[in-house]
Amino acid sequence: MAKNKILVLLFHPRLEDSRVNAALVKAARKVKGVTVRDMYELYPDFNIDETREQKLLLQHDYIVWQHPFYWYSCPPLMKQWIDLVLEQGWAYGKDGDKLKGKKLFHVISSGGNFGAYSAEGRNKYTYLELLRPFELTARLCQIDYLPPLIVPSANALSAEEIEQYASFYQDLLGHLVEEQIVPEVFEKLNYWNDHTFSTT
Amino acid sequence: MIKDALIYLGTALVFVPIAKKLGIGSVLGYLIGGIVVGPFVLGFIGNEGHDVMHAAEFGVVMMLFVIGLELDPQVFWKMRKLVVGMGGLQMLLTAALVFPLLYWGLGYAFNPSLALAMTFAMSSTAIVLQTLKEKSLDQTLAGKSSFAVLLFQDIAVIPMLAVLPLLAVQKNVAEVSSHQLPPFLHFLDPYPSVILILAVGMVYVLSRFLVPMALRFIARLHTRELFTSAALFLVIGIAALMEMAGISAALGAFMAGVLLANSEFRHELESDLEPFKGLLLGIFFTAVGATINFEVVMREPLHLFGVVLTLMAIKWLVLSVLGRFFGLVSDQNILFAFLLSQIGEFGFVLLSSISQLQIVEKETIDFFMAVVTVSMILSPLFLFLNEKLIEPYFGVKLKVEEQEADVIEEHHQVILVGFGHFGSTLGRFLRANGVEATLIDHDSDQVAFLRKMGFKVFYGDGTRLDLLESAGAANAKVLISAMNAPEKNASLAELAMKHFPHLALFVRAKNRFDAYELMDLGVNNVYRESFSESVYMGVDVLTHLGMRKYTVLRKAQDFMKYDKAAMRRLAKLRHEMSSYISGVREEIELQEKLLNEDRKFSDKLQDSAWDSTKREKD
Repeated sequence: MAKNKILVLLFHPRLEDSRVNAALVKAARKVKGVTVRDMYELYPDFNIDETREQKLLLQHDYIVWQHPFYWYSCPPLMKQWIDLVLEQGWAYGKDGDKLKGKKLFHVISSGGNFGAYSAEGRNKYTYLELLRPFELTARLCQIDYLPPLIVPSANALSAEEIEQYASFYQDLLGHLVEEQIVPEVFEKLNYWNDHTFSTT
Repeated sequence: MIKDALIYLGTALVFVPIAKKLGIGSVLGYLIGGIVVGPFVLGFIGNEGHDVMHAAEFGVVMMLFVIGLELDPQVFWKMRKLVVGMGGLQMLLTAALVFPLLYWGLGYAFNPSLALAMTFAMSSTAIVLQTLKEKSLDQTLAGKSSFAVLLFQDIAVIPMLAVLPLLAVQKNVAEVSSHQLPPFLHFLDPYPSVILILAVGMVYVLSRFLVPMALRFIARLHTRELFTSAALFLVIGIAALMEMAGISAALGAFMAGVLLANSEFRHELESDLEPFKGLLLGIFFTAVGATINFEVVMREPLHLFGVVLTLMAIKWLVLSVLGRFFGLVSDQNILFAFLLSQIGEFGFVLLSSISQLQIVEKETIDFFMAVVTVSMILSPLFLFLNEKLIEPYFGVKLKVEEQEADVIEEHHQVILVGFGHFGSTLGRFLRANGVEATLIDHDSDQVAFLRKMGFKVFYGDGTRLDLLESAGAANAKVLISAMNAPEKNASLAELAMKHFPHLALFVRAKNRFDAYELMDLGVNNVYRESFSESVYMGVDVLTHLGMRKYTVLRKAQDFMKYDKAAMRRLAKLRHEMSSYISGVREEIELQEKLLNEDRKFSDKLQDSAWDSTKREKD
């Protein structure tokens, strides 16, 4: 019996040309207890149905924002989703506590890698630092912001490497559904990338 | 022959534009033109006018063939109540009221009175349909009811022609028979009903089996003019056959039309015959004007006009009572009564048959021929007066009511003319967003309904200046022209630009070519009614084929933007093409240009958004 329900919100304007996100989302769909929403296919006109989205949030325990890293941020439809769905008085502000206690994390495909995204690297800041606006968004809604999963060098990965990330993602979602990962584990992590599954 | 052609065509060229400019309709233009060039005024047309009229009756024959073609059996079945009920009652009641007038009032014998009473129940299909089409009234309730009644009358001519011989005083059928059979069939002469049945049977067999077969063969040759020849041959052939059998040619053509309505050649035949039909009908109307016998008219003018007006009044009365009974209200009913109040061209046919059967003496026939002609001339005049004097009263009446209802006269910012399929969606969308528009529509039933729903609606022709003024055009910001007829939208656009230059114009166009016309007039906001829908249909098709929705939607938006720009370019380019390329040729030429433009768009189609690797390669 699955203990948790996970909502994967995929934001990819060009999924037909995607390798990484397509493989990841395919893996995610295999996990029981996971609902995958292909947002650009659902809202090609950006006309988001906020009532429906809010209802779905209430029905799930974990929320995953999965998207490619565009200009150190998310694709525009995701920003639109944040603006419309996380309403004042519902998600934050006075009486805005509907999402209190939910858990949320990012799954991001990036053209760069951890080296480039560091104080010494080309991009000067780490992924975590760049994701802080999202972390704060979650915090304002009293949502736990969990470590992100980064798929670095996304354009240079071989098919086998992509497959490895996909199966890691699948395992991660599976373990979270079954509540086999306790908070003490991820509280110590910076990225899910650093997590190893105990093979007991 | 050449001189005749010049006179008739010239008359049309002079008088029809004048009539159109005066707003009295082309039929009246033809008729007045005919009178002016006829033997009693200018004398360009002498007594041969009768022959021309006879020839031009072919226009009526073709018209009935086309009506038959358009008569989908299913549509006919839906209309059966109107056709049989309204049409049948109209003829019966009219004849029943006209009969005593002739019998006791004018002192004719029983049989002639009966024959003439039946004749006068007929209305003019040619005049009415032409008027309906010209004023785009064919979809109104009055228009549809008129069509139903005319249909019944046109069909009723057969039995009437069959019954007339029974009313003949002299029973010598052979002597008075109207048919001219070839010698080997002379043995049939004493049995006119057998001839009738044979002829009808022949038309049936021909149009059901032989004609479609022949047309299929001809169509396969891909020679367009040959098909046109075949269409003309078909109609003329049936007319000749019917004449041989002594039956109305128009009727035979009508039958053939109905029988061919289900064949695949329906539209092809229709469009091939259309120009001939229009031309011949015009000549027919002119000839009617030219043949009016002013000697007969001048002999007893008061008596004649008295008879004409009484007959028309009776018809009008019967029609308006029937109209009310069948649910027509207010001005639609009055329009319906005026539309059908004349005695029609079948009156000539029936009168000449009556004359041949010697039911009535020649002098009386001449008199009544004049009566029919005068009523045909008066009818468009009455319609014109109805439009100018009586209909506005309904508009004014509604307006007064409206002003009483809203104490504070508020003027909306938007005026929407035409609340059909297009306008109603638009109006609903505006209303859903809190923008109330002042509506103008020319269907009074629609207007009455919309008023009940709380819309501010004016009844009337949106291309009328006074109506626009009373709808508050001077204070409005936006004028939307969403009528069904493209030429109406164009004339409203012209009117508005001239008198209310401050109004932002948004105009509906049927298609690309309407849009070009409107752009030529200087209208910038032109909306092709099928444009967005067809692109969005493409979006759904591509999605169905597995393409991503967001990608396709972006492509659709690009395509629409590009197409609008291409339209502006081509609108200008169009005038540089040699002027002899017209109609279909022009469409093909422009289509070619458009497809070439599309190639430029396709070249850019390789979209590099979100993908730097592709961009770098470019």
